[in-house]
Amino acid sequence: MKKLTGLIVFLVVLYIALAIAVPSQGFALNNYNLAERIGQYGVISLGAALVIITGGIDLSIGSVVVLSATACAILLTDKSFGLDPMLALPLVLGGGAVIGLIHGLLITKMNLPPFMVTLCGLFIYRGVARTISGNMSKGIGNQCIELRHFLYEGDIFGLPRFLVIYIILAIIAAIFLHFSVYGRYLYAIGGNEKAAKYSGIATDKYKILSYVLCSTLAAFFGILFLMKNNAVTPSSDGFFLELYAIAGAVLGGCSLRGGEGTVIGITIGTAIMWILPNLTNMWGVPSELEFIVIGSALLLGAIMDEKLRPAAKNA
Amino acid sequence: MSHFLEAKKICKSFPGLQALNNVDLNVNKGEILAVVGENGAGKSTLMKILGGVINPDSGEILLDGQTVNIASIPQAQKLGIALIHQELHLAENLNVAANIFLGQEPRRGGILRLIDNKIYDLANQIMQELGLNCSPHALVSELSVGQKQLVEIARALSFQFRILIMDEPTASLSLDESKRLFGIIKALKEKDVTVLYISHRLKEIEEIADRVLVLRDGLNSGELQKSEIKHEAMVRLMVGRELKQFFQHAHRVQKTAEPLLRVEALRYLENQKPITFDIRPGEIVGMSGLAGSGRTELAETITGLRPMLTGEVFLKGENISISSPADAIRAGIFLVPEDRRLHGLVLPASVKDNILLASLNNIGHLGIIPLRGGDSLVQDMCEKLTIKTPSLNQQVGFLSGGNQQKVVLAKWLCRKPRVIIFDEPTQGIDVGAKAEIYALMDELAKDGIGILMISSDLEEILHVSDRVLVMHHASLAGELEGKDISEESIMKLATGGLVAA
Repeated sequence: MKKLTGLIVFLVVLYIALAIAVPSQGFALNNYNLAERIGQYGVISLGAALVIITGGIDLSIGSVVVLSATACAILLTDKSFGLDPMLALPLVLGGGAVIGLIHGLLITKMNLPPFMVTLCGLFIYRGVARTISGNMSKGIGNQCIELRHFLYEGDIFGLPRFLVIYIILAIIAAIFLHFSVYGRYLYAIGGNEKAAKYSGIATDKYKILSYVLCSTLAAFFGILFLMKNNAVTPSSDGFFLELYAIAGAVLGGCSLRGGEGTVIGITIGTAIMWILPNLTNMWGVPSELEFIVIGSALLLGAIMDEKLRPAAKNA
Repeated sequence: MSHFLEAKKICKSFPGLQALNNVDLNVNKGEILAVVGENGAGKSTLMKILGGVINPDSGEILLDGQTVNIASIPQAQKLGIALIHQELHLAENLNVAANIFLGQEPRRGGILRLIDNKIYDLANQIMQELGLNCSPHALVSELSVGQKQLVEIARALSFQFRILIMDEPTASLSLDESKRLFGIIKALKEKDVTVLYISHRLKEIEEIADRVLVLRDGLNSGELQKSEIKHEAMVRLMVGRELKQFFQHAHRVQKTAEPLLRVEALRYLENQKPITFDIRPGEIVGMSGLAGSGRTELAETITGLRPMLTGEVFLKGENISISSPADAIRAGIFLVPEDRRLHGLVLPASVKDNILLASLNNIGHLGIIPLRGGDSLVQDMCEKLTIKTPSLNQQVGFLSGGNQQKVVLAKWLCRKPRVIIFDEPTQGIDVGAKAEIYALMDELAKDGIGILMISSDLEEILHVSDRVLVMHHASLAGELEGKDISEESIMKLATGGLVAA
């Protein structure tokens, strides 16, 4: 609770600073863009968090995003496919799920470390994306206007569509994590896998589930990316995305030791992640310093977290 | 007449250890069967097999006359077998109610019944029955060890079972808590539940068991019917005739000798009663206490693994400051840790590398270790301690428990030890190797080294120690010497009873 209060205070302070820094005539637009970004990146933070809560890690998110965006563009627009979105989107999401399933199986059944499995994935999926695209940008041009309109263009009650999508996903995730039996199992596995196993829980199944959900959400992010940017360049897009996702989750209170984290925390963590560069940008801090700011904020968060940790652990 | 639960000719071996060798067990409905034996006798292994945690190499299990296959924990649960483990297996990040119902939460279509408080109401019922006085909303990480153990018990009680297996459920409970637990067990018996009960506290077993099954070194050693259940009878079956041969400790301590190690007013916790004691040269001081009473923490503080909040340590009257393990090692105070596989050894490394780990500075030149450097030293150690290994380059993880423990000891004997703290030195070690470890301790004591031996094995404490310190709730509850050392007097101190004398 202390942690969450601290995060909220930090977020409010940042937002007030932002309100002061942004000229009033541009404030509404800045808010809109910021909300859109938080909504978009929140999707992968949720995915990363699901895995982190079980005590795992997924480093392949960025590559899954790029592969999914590339595959989606090809499926929708390539002459030999030209699929209807109603068919293409489930295919892309299903592909993400299969990738997650493979990760989960390798980690649970072959006992490989999650770091290793997903690190390999990071390389492989990027390579696959570059191969199937002929190492070129893949765009959707003027096609798929309806789909783009549905997922991206225009606001709903003044809110960017990405944010609305995120809010829906976050509510589902909150019910799943905090109120369902299955979410409870993810926390138990992260807290003490043996305890979960000895309670008769099929721990492997739930660990696999977390990787499937993470990769599926990454694939969904790939679709959103394509809608927003209209095209994807596998050789240069989507680098560091997994790190942003993990950073958002961790900043929001997920412990890399597993077993901790809340949806509201993840949301606030993601918001802080994107307000920070926005703010430094408004202050005229050169953009090359952006990473230093984000890294320092994360480090500060980690130090605070350790300080706030109840001393009971050492007793 | 066929029994309700019957295990026939169960065998199970682990690398370097035959844990169970053709063991038979049978128990009737509504019977309380106590299973006793020394550490490493195979009790826990047998219970884990019945609970579906591990699978036997061979043997047959019959339930109600039918052969059953208990391959997994869910299968055991389906058959109505609940197991309370010796070790705590709790998700510390979750609250009490969540832990009690883990895996079988009250639910409606996958959604937890949190909003109507059903989970907490049910948890409260069980907790009250057990006398667990905390909120079901409390995080398990904030509970005391005794409370955690009650949560573990509550978990088993929360679901429908026909057979309840309890592996040392009272190890960290107070006398009152234990009494209450016995009441519950007797009530279960009335309801025709079968209880398998493991404990080292033989008093408890006299009080509660209908029948006693004794194991020794992975074999059936005997059975006692209700009328025969007496402390001496159990001990006789547990340790056999060999006991006298094994524990030959010549009491050669000079009571007047200057203390070798003196620990004065030491505290590793805030709000802790300061701890003061000393060890004389050549003395083996046993340290007893319940699980979680702070023995390991005390050892870790003296050896610099844990910050010392207040207190002083004197070695031969000289005040030494210990703020890191390196300080303790330099002073010649060594720890043989409780979990040797985790804290004592580098498992994938060789016997040689493990033995030399703490002495590399003496062997290397300018930080470079000669290819055959230390070989002769390691060879000497292996001979002196009779370490059985195919070669010096053997991975230490493949050795038996007893030989692993000797490797840990060899690591320290390469340096000049003055005080050695053994934390549960014979846990999981077979009887033969135990005897060797005791002989080595005796040998060390003869050379004037001071030994502090932390042990949960009362027989070991009784027979090896010159003097016994008892810990309770992170403070020294008392000290026993000579004729005052008895199982009763130790347990009384360990559970917070008044000083025996």
